[in-house]
Amino acid sequence: MTAELGAFALILALALSLLQAGLSAIGRIRGDATLRGAGEGAGLAAFIAVAIAFAALMTAFVASDFSVANVVANSNTDQPLFYRITATWGSHEGSILLWNLALTGFGACVILYGRGLPTGLKSVAVATQGALAMLFLSYTVFASNPFVRLATAPLEGQSLNPILQDPFMAIHPPILYSGYVGFSVVFSLAVAALVEGRVDAAWARWVRPWALAAWSLLTVGITLGSFWAYYELGWGGWWFWDPVENASFMPWLIGTALLHSAIVTEKRGALTGWTVFLALAAFTFSMLGAFLVRSGVLTSVHAFAVDPRRGAILLFILAIAAGAAFGLFAWRAPKLTPGGLFAPISREGALVLNNLFLAAATACVMLGTLYPLIVQAVTGEAISVGGPYFALTFGPLMVACLLILPAGPLLAWKRGDLLGALQRLWVAAALALGAGLLSYLVIAPRKLVPVLVMTIGFWLIGGSATELAGRLNLGALGRGDGGQVWRRLRSLPRGQWGMTLAHIGLGVFVLGAACELSWRTETAQSLSVGQSMRAGAYTLTLQGLNAVDGPNFTADQAVLVAKPDHGAPFTLTPERRFYTAQRQTTSKVAIQRRGVTDVYVVLGDERPAGGGRQAWLVRVFVNPWARLIFAGPLLMALGGAISLSDRRIRLAAGRRAAGRVLAAAE
Amino acid sequence: MVVAVAAPILAMSVGLSLYAMGDAAVYFYSPSQALEKHVPAGRLVRLGGLVQMGSVVKRSDGTILFGVTDRRASDKVMFKGDLPDLFREGQGVVTEGEFQPDGVFEARQVLAKHDERYMPKEVADALKKSGQWRGPSTVAAVLPAGDVR
Repeated sequence: MTAELGAFALILALALSLLQAGLSAIGRIRGDATLRGAGEGAGLAAFIAVAIAFAALMTAFVASDFSVANVVANSNTDQPLFYRITATWGSHEGSILLWNLALTGFGACVILYGRGLPTGLKSVAVATQGALAMLFLSYTVFASNPFVRLATAPLEGQSLNPILQDPFMAIHPPILYSGYVGFSVVFSLAVAALVEGRVDAAWARWVRPWALAAWSLLTVGITLGSFWAYYELGWGGWWFWDPVENASFMPWLIGTALLHSAIVTEKRGALTGWTVFLALAAFTFSMLGAFLVRSGVLTSVHAFAVDPRRGAILLFILAIAAGAAFGLFAWRAPKLTPGGLFAPISREGALVLNNLFLAAATACVMLGTLYPLIVQAVTGEAISVGGPYFALTFGPLMVACLLILPAGPLLAWKRGDLLGALQRLWVAAALALGAGLLSYLVIAPRKLVPVLVMTIGFWLIGGSATELAGRLNLGALGRGDGGQVWRRLRSLPRGQWGMTLAHIGLGVFVLGAACELSWRTETAQSLSVGQSMRAGAYTLTLQGLNAVDGPNFTADQAVLVAKPDHGAPFTLTPERRFYTAQRQTTSKVAIQRRGVTDVYVVLGDERPAGGGRQAWLVRVFVNPWARLIFAGPLLMALGGAISLSDRRIRLAAGRRAAGRVLAAAE
Repeated sequence: MVVAVAAPILAMSVGLSLYAMGDAAVYFYSPSQALEKHVPAGRLVRLGGLVQMGSVVKRSDGTILFGVTDRRASDKVMFKGDLPDLFREGQGVVTEGEFQPDGVFEARQVLAKHDERYMPKEVADALKKSGQWRGPSTVAAVLPAGDVR
């Protein structure tokens, strides 16, 4: 019964989103408040209907209703309750339903929290949101229905892929999808602005909180996915330039560019066309991501639940939505009021430079991701583009972008004083160079390029701190003014805090990435019980093996004692798990955090060691500063969240602010 | 002004991309394609197919030898390292490495998908080209029941 309820709710949601799009559009054309209100009501109801459908699917999973095909393919009665719940979005159909939940949810947010928007702009945005929901819901209803029943229900299901049975995989997709789909609001607002022919500072002010929210969620989503790959795949790596990773990285890069260009539009009324373009591009890349991930056109290590037959339909949806939006852009953008010219040495000049680098970097990532598809189509040869390409293209662009970053916030709007900014940065520059030199001397073996990258990381952190100190006017304070500093820190706008935190987070990430990529050590050795091996500054001894029984797996667990050259020994227990339902073996990595460095142990397969003894392949990675790689982006997302909580940016207060801007404009 | 700043950056990124693509694109071959194209020794390529039944030999020094086949030709692959969890005889596999002058393929990396129902797309395409594709159940068909672990 629940499955039928879910299927019905899904069809109802499709009809409601149709109403949402139609009524809002007609309401806008006729200037009829009743129709507009009805469109908004339909949008809210569509969200509730999708939520009911989602709850129905979840109920089917929790109750192990094996008359539903999707449950059979992805769940099993042995699976713990937690993973029966998360299996809801473990399949293709379930993840698309999650996408729809996020899409209609953001639509409802626009309706509820967009009260400050001018009615025309809001109606068109709500209509666009409805049209997007209509596209994806019809895909769900007609091509990817998760509620399809089986004629004869089997007694047992096939279980969720074991490597998805992990707490991080439970929260990663919802957050990532919220980020992906959050850009749909920005997209709708851009379409609305083009239709209304109005892109100005007030519009940028309305776009920014949505862009910030989506960007922060996407940042957390990507970081969680990366961390999951790091400890679950057992390869010791955290980023593989895999198509699925790139698919989430491209909207992130464009979203980052959008956050910065929207500031220019807000403060200076300039770059209007470009900001609208980025707003459209961000969600287009999200949809491209969904297509790349879900269609399986590219070979990926992370692609789960792919279905090539449906890829074509997703591509069709992408073509309709993006084609219509960019067609509208081409038609209407020339009529937008062009922003005034501005001096190259200024805050806005620096932000333009940032945007150019980010856009070029996105183009490089896109070319590298899609190139295999192009070659396949043209020559029929199968190729793959790996890390070296991205290191050569993305790397230099980012280095240039990061080098100029600390100067940007120190420049004034309109006309900046570059020399003055650089003078204020000399302490940060000296500290960064000093820290870099120290790293070069201390870290063995000596490597020049990574140390230079690390210097950039120190430069980012130092530069952001300098800027913060300038805001607090620390130079003008004497000793013993601690209370004064504290008061000034507290009175600093939250947007300011957000920016500083995000830039410091970026620096932290750069430090971690440079260090981990260049000084990671990997040691592999076959060990029998009682034998030892050396890995970096650690001696590991295999003490024994235990048989462990999990809820739906059996495992061999190795007990290894690691003795560092300095400090107390600790125990590591990597496992090799055999999931009975899927007859699949996976490794469970053991990670011991030492400060921000990880000792990472993978238990490999069993092999004869001669003399009737058995040995196990033990692989040990020492990943220096690996935790910074994940801490950095989390700081960035925290910065985004803090900015979002700034009263000047938050939408509820935006109403008053918008009123003022409008009054000023009239 | 914007153009003056944008042009060098865009030129730099396009130039870098094209330069990098020349070296970074790794071609994929199945054993019979590799034979046809005379892939030179020492060039980084991907070799993919099915792991030949009964071909996996684990030496005590940690080296693993196995055959990769598309059922028309096969190659001997040597790999020193930890195999992915899903590496099995009869299962699709993609390896990245170089052919040695003696014809043995020395793999730096062995990629097997983390989904046992999955067949790497290139492998499926190569099998289709060589007329050996028997549908998505190819893997199951060549896999004896007792050998799953």
